[in-house]
Amino acid sequence: MVTYIVRRLVTAVLILFGASFVVYQLTALSGDPLEDLRASSAPNRDELIQARTELLDLNTPAPLRYFGWLAGAAKCIVPFAATCDLGTSIQGEAVTTSLSRAMGNTITLVTTATILAIIIGISLGIITALRQYSGLDYGVTFMSFLFFSLPIFWLAVLLKEFGAIGFNNFLDDPDIPPSTIAVVAIASGLIWALFASRSWKRKGIAFLLGAVVAAALLFVLDLVGWFADPGLGPIVILLTGVGIAFGIVLLTAGLRNRKALYSSLIMVALGLVAYYVVNPILNAATVWMIILLAITTVLVGMGVGFAMGGYDRGQSMRAAALTGLLMGLLIVVDRFMVTWPSYVDNPRVRGRPIATVGAETPGLEGTFWINGLDTFTHLLLPTLALLLASLASYSRYSRASMLEIMNMDYIRTARAKGLSERTVVMRHAFRNALIPLATLVAFDVGALIGGAIITEQVFAFAGMGQLFVQALQRTDPDPIMGFFLVAGILALVFNLVADVAYSVLDPRVRVKA
Amino acid sequence: MSIQTPSDVPSTEPGTVTGPVHPEVEPEAKGLSQGQIVRKKFFDNTAAIISLVVFAVIFVLAFSSVGFAGIPGWWKYNHTEFLPLVNGGAPTVTGPFSWGEHPFGQDSIGRDYFAMTMRGTQNSIIIMFIIGALAGLVGVIIGACSGYFRGWPEAVLMRFTDVIIIIPVVLAAATLGEGVNRLVGAGAQIWLLGLFLGLVLWTGLARLVRGEFLSLREREFVDAAKIAGASNTRIIFKHILPNAVGVIIVNTTLLMSSAILLETALSYIGFGVKAPDVSLGLIISQNQEAFQTRPWLFWFPGLFIVLICLCINFIGDGLRDAFDPRQKKFSASRAKESAKPAAA
Repeated sequence: MVTYIVRRLVTAVLILFGASFVVYQLTALSGDPLEDLRASSAPNRDELIQARTELLDLNTPAPLRYFGWLAGAAKCIVPFAATCDLGTSIQGEAVTTSLSRAMGNTITLVTTATILAIIIGISLGIITALRQYSGLDYGVTFMSFLFFSLPIFWLAVLLKEFGAIGFNNFLDDPDIPPSTIAVVAIASGLIWALFASRSWKRKGIAFLLGAVVAAALLFVLDLVGWFADPGLGPIVILLTGVGIAFGIVLLTAGLRNRKALYSSLIMVALGLVAYYVVNPILNAATVWMIILLAITTVLVGMGVGFAMGGYDRGQSMRAAALTGLLMGLLIVVDRFMVTWPSYVDNPRVRGRPIATVGAETPGLEGTFWINGLDTFTHLLLPTLALLLASLASYSRYSRASMLEIMNMDYIRTARAKGLSERTVVMRHAFRNALIPLATLVAFDVGALIGGAIITEQVFAFAGMGQLFVQALQRTDPDPIMGFFLVAGILALVFNLVADVAYSVLDPRVRVKA
Repeated sequence: MSIQTPSDVPSTEPGTVTGPVHPEVEPEAKGLSQGQIVRKKFFDNTAAIISLVVFAVIFVLAFSSVGFAGIPGWWKYNHTEFLPLVNGGAPTVTGPFSWGEHPFGQDSIGRDYFAMTMRGTQNSIIIMFIIGALAGLVGVIIGACSGYFRGWPEAVLMRFTDVIIIIPVVLAAATLGEGVNRLVGAGAQIWLLGLFLGLVLWTGLARLVRGEFLSLREREFVDAAKIAGASNTRIIFKHILPNAVGVIIVNTTLLMSSAILLETALSYIGFGVKAPDVSLGLIISQNQEAFQTRPWLFWFPGLFIVLICLCINFIGDGLRDAFDPRQKKFSASRAKESAKPAAA
């Protein structure tokens, strides 16, 4: 294995040399960096042209210029020397500086979208595989094909129009007309009916329930002015928490495992206590504090599960820790919601919270919560666009993989042993269905950093994609090379990770040593 | 930009059979050749057939309305004329047979939007087919050679593939597009854009074909052909390639659907088709600011992109369904049901 990895890494370096040479030449051919100056009518035009020619060393032919760039870039490999020199952009900013800033923005943008796409896509894929050829399956299939066929820039413009401008107008005067309530109720009823299983009677009941609950919820929320002043409150947190506890135990351990159920419910109770106890501390929250609290919650959850004992402690510990984490998430969400009115009224935001462009409101200063909300409102739409676009491939792949697994002999054996359907699906099928997805996830993570070119362009999000496109429009070689270096290295590394992960996860697959 | 292909398919075949079924043991499939089975399965797939028809309609509409390659079309305007505004530039279409003067309206400088949309659709379809054909050809040749010959040809070709894979497609398109505009002017732009995109998009297909060849070359019929004295060319084209044709056709189709999205996206950010020519992505980017006042300028080209792409995806999916002999029909509820009496 080690020989294999080393060999792959050596090849990767060679590939990187070759590709970077090609990219440098392509960039040099892609346009004329002096174009804007040639057309300018400034009196010192000739000097400007002279200066830029010197800056970009345009009198040297491009194949030779590449080696100048390479000499600078090679210094980046020297550890701890801080001599990394990726050149400067036409504006004179060091590429290393602009790269690190853009990378930070892109990572915040794409991480959430990818994680959500993986979670939602895989769950949808598994559910549709288990309900193959049902209404739900056809519905989800059609939706994933539709999202897969949507041009992301078109989707993004639609989201800006209806998600941001429309929603902000709505927030100005949060009053839902009865017709909207009716439409939402019918839509919700249809969705619930799709999820309900086989018989028409159950579908009908699900439709009615879904529609009535949605209508009532909207009506009440509208009545109490929830949209202007949102929040969850202890009662909703408690009820949702209990629901979460039951759901998690149902999925991970089965409701028959009383110890797991009780430890999860204890975590819900503890969470409610924490809601009151921790709240004062949260006023001065920082990212590290939230992370620390999350770790504490997981540890407490595992402790509770361990204390409950029983013959399979692991299950109780897992269920309790997960429930605790989700309870913590609820509390944080509640806290964000409470901050919402003061965010909306902030003079910088001026009552239009959902942003259409940029990564943050310029000049906004506030607490952790205000800044968090600011990031949220700016990331919401681009994340949604990316999410919808990448959902399809995950749901289709996981559906296919799950269908294949469900036909395996060992699944029949598991059923023949008399295992419950939950155990068969969650333990025997689900885990194996994830193996082929590991490759897909690794590839996607590798492509993430350079991936969101179009989305960043539409939302004017100052990330890697925008850096690249702007440099390309100016025919500015150094930022392009910087982008390529980061994106290319990540792609190569994750390519290797995908191969190694596959052979580790699936012992039938062997890599050539 | 990473566009992944979804890999499984809805089948519209009646779900009356229980358990895994292979086409070769299906009673009605007896005595049918592989091609006949594939054709039958494809034509049984409602979604794929509907998509095929819709795509054919769009194709004919786009090529016949505004004309193609110098042949004039039946529509009275073209995409470059400035016309006086009728109806304030709003769409005049009121029904399937009463189109009015400007069915899709006019843009801010009076050009007929139907003609522009049709021209853009035409360009997208042309680029899609060029990319499909070229990427398919290069991908198959490189994949086949490296998979069949192994050894140093494989090492060289696959490293070459790796180099091409990590070059950003936007950069390649922008470079080549720029060079093209300088060399040949705007006229042949569409063709050359398709050509260059095809030259960088073959990598995924090459890897798949290589994988397919790696496993097929170890099969007995290849040994038999070798012993019978067949040349390498003959084995590759007559013996192995027909067995890999399913993978190739399906993935080329899916590549074509992502090519449409790629072309429109490139044109949208200004690196694809450039004015004065028209692309669906380009006219969306030109008119997106006017969404509040002239929403039709935004809706029509978008709808055509989505329609074409959706059709191609469903066709590709139907093809996969038809070609995949391992495709199994499984239903959890049915499995449970059939397990119940056994358990009782």
